[in-house]
Amino acid sequence: MAKVTIDGVTVEVANGSTILQAAEQAGIEIPRFCYHERLSIAGNCRMCLVEVEKAPPKPIASCGYPVADGMVVHTDSKMVRNARRGVMEFLLINHPLDCPICDQGGECDLQDQAMGYGMDHSRYAENKRAVPDKNLGPLVKTSMNRCIHCTRCIRFITEVAGVPDLGATARGEHMEVGTYVEKALGSELSGNIIDLCPVGALTSKPYAFVARPWELSKVDSVDVLDAVGTNIRIDSRGPEVLRILPRINEDVNEEWLGDKSRFALDGLKRRRLDRPWVRENGKLRAATWNEAFDAIAAKLKTLSGDRIGAIAGDLCDAESLVALKDLFASLGSTNIDCRQDGAKLDASRRDFYCFNTSIAGIEEADAILIVGSNPRHEAPVLNARIRKAWLAHELPIGLIGSETDLTYKVTPLGAAPSVLTALHDGSHEFAKVLADAKKPMIIVGQGALARPDGAAVLAAAWRLAAHVGALSSEWHGFNVLHTAAARVGALDLGFVPGPNGKSADAMLGGGVDLLWLLGADEFDPARIAAGTFVVYQGHHGDAGAHRADVILPGSAYTEKSGTYVNTEGRAQRAFKAIYPPGDAREDWTIVRAFSAVIGKPLPYDTIEAVRTRLEQVNPVFGRVGFLPRFGCSDQTGPAGDPAVLSDAPLASSVANYYMTDPISRASPTMAACVQAQATPALAAE
Amino acid sequence: MAATNGSAFEQPASFAFDEESEAEIAKIVLRYPPGKQASAVIPALYIAQKQMKRQTGSAWVPVKAMDAVGARLGMAPIRVYEVATFYFMFNTKPIGTYHLQVCTTTPCWLRGSDEVTEACRKETGIKGWGETSADGMFTMTEVECLGACVNAPILQVDDDFYEDMDAEKVTQLLAALRRGERPSPGSMTGRQTSAPEGGPTTLTTLHFAPEG
Repeated sequence: MAKVTIDGVTVEVANGSTILQAAEQAGIEIPRFCYHERLSIAGNCRMCLVEVEKAPPKPIASCGYPVADGMVVHTDSKMVRNARRGVMEFLLINHPLDCPICDQGGECDLQDQAMGYGMDHSRYAENKRAVPDKNLGPLVKTSMNRCIHCTRCIRFITEVAGVPDLGATARGEHMEVGTYVEKALGSELSGNIIDLCPVGALTSKPYAFVARPWELSKVDSVDVLDAVGTNIRIDSRGPEVLRILPRINEDVNEEWLGDKSRFALDGLKRRRLDRPWVRENGKLRAATWNEAFDAIAAKLKTLSGDRIGAIAGDLCDAESLVALKDLFASLGSTNIDCRQDGAKLDASRRDFYCFNTSIAGIEEADAILIVGSNPRHEAPVLNARIRKAWLAHELPIGLIGSETDLTYKVTPLGAAPSVLTALHDGSHEFAKVLADAKKPMIIVGQGALARPDGAAVLAAAWRLAAHVGALSSEWHGFNVLHTAAARVGALDLGFVPGPNGKSADAMLGGGVDLLWLLGADEFDPARIAAGTFVVYQGHHGDAGAHRADVILPGSAYTEKSGTYVNTEGRAQRAFKAIYPPGDAREDWTIVRAFSAVIGKPLPYDTIEAVRTRLEQVNPVFGRVGFLPRFGCSDQTGPAGDPAVLSDAPLASSVANYYMTDPISRASPTMAACVQAQATPALAAE
Repeated sequence: MAATNGSAFEQPASFAFDEESEAEIAKIVLRYPPGKQASAVIPALYIAQKQMKRQTGSAWVPVKAMDAVGARLGMAPIRVYEVATFYFMFNTKPIGTYHLQVCTTTPCWLRGSDEVTEACRKETGIKGWGETSADGMFTMTEVECLGACVNAPILQVDDDFYEDMDAEKVTQLLAALRRGERPSPGSMTGRQTSAPEGGPTTLTTLHFAPEG
């Protein structure tokens, strides 16, 4: 530890810290552009200059200068102020004066810091340099005249995203940040460079000229387009969500957000269900809530409990799930399932279906085996964490599944499930890597479970985890990586077939006469038997709604307060940012209202009461935002015989990152991304 | 300066190292410890540029060649682009048969680099820096100190230094180049390396006694 005095405040910081970090600890803000705590230190903007006593008598860049014991630093001396003013004057020489038409206006570091260190006039009379704008694809808009060459975007894309597309070409006054050969950025995390850019050089293309930051109302929420549970902030104005930004949560997403989660929001305005519909004579017609409820009630009257069922989709909040579960229980039905993709998840114990190591725990792992998953597409933010661990200590990572670039070095072990057996009996050479590891991790993707032998794969993976010592009382290295935000919450609530209950497959295949789809769209609606009466409750006119006999318009995640449990098993709360469109309502209230229509009112009238009920069903819903980490106390494996593995190759369940759910499928921005990925060179033109 | 990313002129559709280049690269890569092959990027780009000279008569590095260097050394293409565009010694667009590099830094300028520049312009018809003559024979660029100030002014043609230049010598040199000759490089006034013109001017009175 070193004692450092900064502006009279003495702090003790770890050896090797920089002056800037020490100042942060002392609560003193040092202006900066290029320095970012999650990126490597570049030291090229020179804005963070400070004066250090008994050091060379010149201003020192605090971001890259290590502390020494007894160091005395001044961050607000005459010399420092002059030096920073000088730096600011140089930065502004080539920076255009276009703040009034710049999207960064109001949240621009350069604008803010120019208030402190800028001059009231310019001494520079020559022409400013002009830099051609780059086309980085459909998400990131560039205005390269504004670039101050901090290189944050280059460092993020290279280091965190692991897709080295950006660089600084040429030199001196001719230096340009870009891809040199024009192409769309090939990263699923590219939107983060918009947040990182301290000026308006990189801004959001879909959000260009849409709003000013001070016009927006900001609501904390949780992303539901993958199962990571990224903490987000929803910026809205009136009835529209205009922007989604990440919030910092060190345990989940650090401060990153996947492109789909950030940019699919234009899908929230398209193909929406904003009023109830009832099918009459084979055609859907607009109806009132009462007509819709009456149509369902009339059908229900003719059916016994075992002929009705419900399937929950991927974006549901826990509140609506528990209400629907309670509704079906009151109707005497145990035919409920949240595994619409047919994943053979075992709900009997929580660690059979959670990402037990936790996302932050990935950094402690010393070997990883990925089974039937492509984390880069299924959970890009989580993938960035694996890459972070790999960069930190180059841990061996094995992949059973189709080979693809995961942004870190992977040992391909083939795609056959039998590799799991070979790893278990030691006949595969990677078995030694896992066995030697102190904290091995096994990550099982949904692609490995949503197949006929899914239970066997799950059991084989668990058996392997137990065999290589991944299941100890201190370390739980068995992980299921989900792709659906609703899945873990639904499993926690027991939204699975009860005794004698029918699975999703059985319900779709004619096992029930009335099927209630709660936002369930991820299967071919043609699989629903012809005579089945389908109720679709959801927010988008996607696959499920087209097959429906009655449509109940629900709310998207931005329009309701809800609880979501991420793949780790962390319950998180999202708050309502805007109102649902038209006649649409929050989903749990729809179920509650319907229960009253059929004379079986559910015992809760407020969201607080529903949440009390949630906690009653499973105490994890009482621990919002907090995730206790457990070792493995019981090595007994999930049901399923690890011996009956098929030969079918394992593959990821996500074929197309940009379109995985009704919201992203309705989004024109996501459609543009799909096109850009298909033809990166053309898209840039 | 316009964007140098190759959109303004035709880039070759492909580039592959020939046998000669491959042999040279293999030799250079061996100089660096395993895993540090990226250190060879500058010589590798230079080899690519020389190969282009052999194959097309114009010493430049097209994007495909940068890609080939990246692939050969295990580097992301953009990292090679950064290096290739940083150094003026790599031409990222096609140049003429002869690359005239006029040093205009202070010592050369004091010794008459303006005259050299003028002569080059007059002979080749080139107006601005970085341009290529209409016949495709010459490209003229302005370079910073070439480190041969004692023999200023310098005109570097491709890899050769022609020293102690003046307008007349430039005219003669370019005429010879046009004929396909390559006069031997070095001082054009005939002095030995950078020794004083006309023989030694110092230490002339010192006489060493013959040994024995």
